[in-house]
Amino acid sequence: MRKGDGMGDSAKPEPSATMPAGKAEAATEAAGEEKATAKRGPRGRVFINEERCKGCGLCIAFCPSQVLERSERFNSKGYHPPDAKRPEKCTGCDICGYFCPDFAIYGVRITEKAKNKEANDKEEKKPEGPS
Amino acid sequence: MSTSTPVAEAPSPSHPVESLLRMDRMPHIWCPGCGIGTSMNCFARALLESKLDLNKVAIVSGIGCTGRVAGYLRLDSFHTTHGRPIPFATGLKLGNPNLKVVVYSGDGDLIAIGGNHFIHAARRNMDLMVVCINNFNYAMTGGQVASTTPLTALATTAPYGNFEPPFNLPYLAESCGATYIARWTTYHVRQLARAYQEALTRKGFVFIEVVSPCPELYGRRNRLGSVLEMTKYFKEKSVVRNGAPTHELGIEHQGPIAVGKFVDRPRPTFLEAMNEQMRAKLGDKFVPLETPS
Amino acid sequence: MKADSRGVLTGAHFLSGNEACCEGALAAGCRFVAGYPITPSTDIVERIAERFPTLGGTFIQMEDEIASSIAIQGAVWAGRKAMTVTSGPGYSLMMEHIGLAAITEAPCVFINVQRGGPSTGLPTLPGQADVMQARWGSHGDYEIIALSPNAPQECFEMTIEAFNLAEKYRVPVMLMSDECVGHMTEKVVIPPAGEIEVYPRRYTSLPPEQYLSYRAEADLVPQMVKAGDGYHVHITGLTHDERGYPIINAECQEQLVRRLVDKIRHNADEIVSFEEYNLEDCEIALISFGITSRVAFRAMEMARAEGMRVGLVRLRVLWPFPEKRIRQIAECARAFVVAEMNLGQMVFEVERCSAGRAKTFLAPHAGGTVHSPQQILDVIREAAR
Repeated sequence: MRKGDGMGDSAKPEPSATMPAGKAEAATEAAGEEKATAKRGPRGRVFINEERCKGCGLCIAFCPSQVLERSERFNSKGYHPPDAKRPEKCTGCDICGYFCPDFAIYGVRITEKAKNKEANDKEEKKPEGPS
Repeated sequence: MSTSTPVAEAPSPSHPVESLLRMDRMPHIWCPGCGIGTSMNCFARALLESKLDLNKVAIVSGIGCTGRVAGYLRLDSFHTTHGRPIPFATGLKLGNPNLKVVVYSGDGDLIAIGGNHFIHAARRNMDLMVVCINNFNYAMTGGQVASTTPLTALATTAPYGNFEPPFNLPYLAESCGATYIARWTTYHVRQLARAYQEALTRKGFVFIEVVSPCPELYGRRNRLGSVLEMTKYFKEKSVVRNGAPTHELGIEHQGPIAVGKFVDRPRPTFLEAMNEQMRAKLGDKFVPLETPS
Repeated sequence: MKADSRGVLTGAHFLSGNEACCEGALAAGCRFVAGYPITPSTDIVERIAERFPTLGGTFIQMEDEIASSIAIQGAVWAGRKAMTVTSGPGYSLMMEHIGLAAITEAPCVFINVQRGGPSTGLPTLPGQADVMQARWGSHGDYEIIALSPNAPQECFEMTIEAFNLAEKYRVPVMLMSDECVGHMTEKVVIPPAGEIEVYPRRYTSLPPEQYLSYRAEADLVPQMVKAGDGYHVHITGLTHDERGYPIINAECQEQLVRRLVDKIRHNADEIVSFEEYNLEDCEIALISFGITSRVAFRAMEMARAEGMRVGLVRLRVLWPFPEKRIRQIAECARAFVVAEMNLGQMVFEVERCSAGRAKTFLAPHAGGTVHSPQQILDVIREAAR
């Protein structure tokens, strides 16, 4: 029986300047992964309602991709809401959204259709260029 | 539950379960990180995923921190007296068997003062889903010892350490006749949501124990750290033991927590048994309940 | 509206008070009873257990009176007319839930077949010592309605009245029977269903977006809903506002509890009910209720035969108390004699309303049997001196 870690995949090792020389292959692989992500864009997006946050830190701690970190800002209740420090890592798994006792955060998967729509919206919003 | 994650076509600014919440009553009263909020989050998702007619789902709670759940869910919700959501829910269900009735309350409310009603509803196999949020103390009133507090743990009314053996809830539920028994912690958000969803499809007395952190009271008094540390303890010390014998599922103070689904044995519900008996004895003279107009 | 004929046992019967209560509940449209065995009330639920399955009703014997008194409220919110049945010790256990019914305004009926108390007392013998408890038994400020039958016929009629009052005012209603009336058998005439008036539940016709659970009508009673109709009501025992949401402050408390109490007090004139005999020229007014009132009637006749000008007011509704009428009588009568099977409960209400204008005497009885007419006559003579 597996131990009770229902989180699915563990996070992949991150490239680090202090990585020992013997792990060079892993570092290359990770760097390649990052490039791929940068090319296709994040698979998910996280939405944060800062005013609802009570700073419990569950979303930050249990995000499988370590997307979030505690911000330095205060909301009006005096709590530090999370920031998406590495939004490109977000997979839209919504684990944050499941944990949050205050319904202050959730993640969504981004589909191709949505990406195209967003791109189109941006195009439409472009101000008319000088004639 | 593979498609539970919302997919963004046109991302909206609202949390996926907001449609089920009484947003005019937010923010709720629970402490930062309180497991009740997380459990309610998972429950709401299970409800939405279940495709049940939400007009026919009623939620009944008692008194205590968990008892406040009824006030935050946008369903027919009943916040009753201490220990008595189960008999109220019994009347609600028997009054209109078409309702899906969920009892959502805490360990103090359901098992101590409510203990008698718990064992009888389980015995009768009343068609009720009973969710017990177990945070090992009476939280609303400041952290007193409860019938689920582990041995040696501290509480305001056990300042020298609890010396009363606690209940093993799945064991209690099984011995009384519950037909579906599961336990998860608030760390296991996905499994909990799945368990809720499965439980909603079951008939009879369904019991789900949710082990939950109470960081401000039980946690602080027992120096268990922040809600993060308490949840990490759940993560590290939980052992998935589906189908394990329930008498082995007791929880020692900061000891291993067995989680999983332990019992899934349908048997005739109270109403099924009653209707069958009446038909057998009265034949044509038996007039079953008419749905209230 | 008229009673559903399927529940009406039309005809002339020889029934005990308890049996008549069961028939009254059926005639009133009650189809959910939760109860717990307790002497001398048990025969009510025994008959219900037999009758209900043939009439689309559900009876469940709960694990205790605490469960019974709240199970009926669950059934009310599911859309049923519901009732529970008990005696003194069980009545005490039900007190918390009577308060819940009062603050959530759940229409339901509690039958207390009173026996000797306090505590286990005299399980098989009558008493009338729960009448103050009916009024004040739960904690906090609230009002209820209490009825007092004096015969099996009245057990039938008053059970229907109890349900009707419960629906009209959205309040728990007490039927204060006793072992003597409960176990005596007399002729009970049950009319055709078309002659029985039944008050329907005051359901709203507003759609969910416009409905507010506790916004009161002109008579201070809010419209009702039931679970399952899409209203998503929130019902709580906490002090709440018109939406039903808990609001924990003095302003909300004043608004809610004041209305709960005024709901009965301001409508008292329509609710009070009593019978009067020989009051036109009376010097001494006998006040009594329930089984004791039958003995009091005899005592009145005996006193009249001796030349004393004695009248009788028989209370049918105990709560709200008929203050106005008692105050009126206090203007012309010299004395009140209150005959009750307890050591003094309603006498305090009479004395309060008399306010010293007419002297108040008590013909008490610790319970276990009814007064003899002589016992009441002795107090009448004392009052006449």
